[in-house]
Amino acid sequence: MTLPQRFGPYGGRYVPETLVAALEELEAAYETYRDDPGFVSELRTLQTDYAGRPTPLFLARRLSEQVGCRTYLKREDLAHTGAHKINNTLGQILLAVRMGKKRIIAETGAGQHGVATATVAALFGLECHVYMGEEDIRRQELNVFRMRLLGAEVLPVSSGSGTLKDATNEAIRDWVANVETTHYIIGSVVGPAPYPTLVRDFQAVIGRETREQVLAKEGRLPDGLVACVGAGSNAIGMFHEFLEDPAVRLIGVEAAGLGLDSGKHGASLARGTAGILHGSFSYVLQDVDGQIQEAHSVAAGLDYPSVGPEHSYLKDLGRVEYTSATDAEALDAFQTLCRLEGIIPALESAHALAYLLRGGAGAHGFSTEDVVVVNLSGRGDKDVYSVAAALGARP
Amino acid sequence: MSAPAVSRLTRLFLDAGRPLLMPYAVGGYPDPGSCLEILRIYREGGADLIEIGIPFSDPLADGPVIQGASQAALRRGVRPVDVLDVAATAAGEGARVVLLSYLNTILAFGPERFFERCGEGGVLGVVVPDLPVEEAAGLQTAARARNVDVILLAAPTSTDARLARIAAAASGFIYCVSTTGVTGARASLRADLPEFVARIRRHTDLPLAVGFGVSTPEQAEEVTGFADGVIIGSALVDVVARNERLEEALAEIGRILYRVRRMPSLSK
Repeated sequence: MTLPQRFGPYGGRYVPETLVAALEELEAAYETYRDDPGFVSELRTLQTDYAGRPTPLFLARRLSEQVGCRTYLKREDLAHTGAHKINNTLGQILLAVRMGKKRIIAETGAGQHGVATATVAALFGLECHVYMGEEDIRRQELNVFRMRLLGAEVLPVSSGSGTLKDATNEAIRDWVANVETTHYIIGSVVGPAPYPTLVRDFQAVIGRETREQVLAKEGRLPDGLVACVGAGSNAIGMFHEFLEDPAVRLIGVEAAGLGLDSGKHGASLARGTAGILHGSFSYVLQDVDGQIQEAHSVAAGLDYPSVGPEHSYLKDLGRVEYTSATDAEALDAFQTLCRLEGIIPALESAHALAYLLRGGAGAHGFSTEDVVVVNLSGRGDKDVYSVAAALGARP
Repeated sequence: MSAPAVSRLTRLFLDAGRPLLMPYAVGGYPDPGSCLEILRIYREGGADLIEIGIPFSDPLADGPVIQGASQAALRRGVRPVDVLDVAATAAGEGARVVLLSYLNTILAFGPERFFERCGEGGVLGVVVPDLPVEEAAGLQTAARARNVDVILLAAPTSTDARLARIAAAASGFIYCVSTTGVTGARASLRADLPEFVARIRRHTDLPLAVGFGVSTPEQAEEVTGFADGVIIGSALVDVVARNERLEEALAEIGRILYRVRRMPSLSK
């Protein structure tokens, strides 16, 4: 095995024995194809001609003035389907096709990953079932309709809290039952090995492009990168390329929800302890008995009570600074970006902006000439109803 | 300290001279007192070994029946320590008991302390459904020190190489998962189940018990034709879930176990 099973003590493969063979098959397929010229070239063509990569790096001038440093936005919101999620689903569907799988399953929270999965399943003519919590189905009606338009069946999950955690449980249970014909496209850098590595590698295109684009525009590396962290795929995708550049500060922003002390947040790194969820050892929001707690965030995509194992390791190493932003701060940042730059960000991405806006660049140790890139991981059209509800306004 | 050549759990199978009947209950469900009564009915109904599950918030390997019962127990405030107490009480009354616990429960409790409590309570083994053989060594050391077996699982999708590895690391018995899927009743068993069990048998002399999806006396009889034990879980938990009155549930469980017990291979 050449792929790492772990990141320091984190990661691993804590799943029912039934799934181990499938994970080994996936790992072998990935090892075979990751450097295969046919695979690499098909993925690159799809990224370019279908998903619209490279996504632009935009110098946000009015935002820069307000923040107090040169602030760039990596425009993942302009990728096909409106978020970075397509990077991962394109890579995984190519593996699924090569493994001869006929059916695709996925879990989704906000619906962005479900839409990105339904999209690639349509593109390759594969049957697609997406598990989604009942609570999320209510919150994200628009994405449910998009998935159905794309030919996917959306399966409501009522167990547990009816959110992303429970949808993931149900997807894993489906996979256990149908493992011989089905590929599970997990949506983030979580789950049993090799998923955290595989999803990271497919998302790392964000950081590779960012490096080239910043070098071209500024003639040097950025001073800081900021990304929101739910389960953590857009952040890892942004950070991975820069891990070996110690001068580049990497900043991950978790969801503080109603406040870190309110018990209603999604800050697994800030307030979690090491444990196991969905097959991986990582920081987890859990009680003293190891029962998994419910996360909360105004951003459905950050509403997850654990985090990718590589983030846990990067936290312990101190390589990435992890901080958080509350629902209220994210809602403010959401509106600020709309008005300053004419861009409606996803509420998830608004958490990354909220960090910079809180006190401005100086408060975070950046000076006016410093270059900071915020990963604008998705667009906010999906969120206008939640924002309207939160602001007590009618859209 | 080295492990005894044959553990107490393995000895139980060897001494029986026939396949073991192993009903499962969700620990503390519907409440700890009623659970103890259910365990007594299991024993009176001829259970050779009782499996007690510790309710977990995210039971990946379980179907809707056991999920529902686990959530109901958690809502009532049942904690792992309560289930350890239930298990110890049942063992004190003469039942032979193994626990089923997801790994996170054991990690949160602290493996040393968890197996110490198991050992003190007379628990013979612990089934950990999300513990693959690669990760088992640490728990096995802690368990062995208390004379408790960590029960490993084998699945129809396990390759021969993995079965060899599982067999080499296993103690007590091997839990053979009868189906690709979660726990819960099935209309019929996999056609290749006997072949699967035979495949494991080539790698080990340990007893082989079959569970997941076995619900009827006829299925139990089919399984015990080629396995050393049969686990019936969801079908019994469902009786408790369906009956509001405990007395009715107990009576129905008694009738089911009576029929299972009368099947030829289990009545020797």
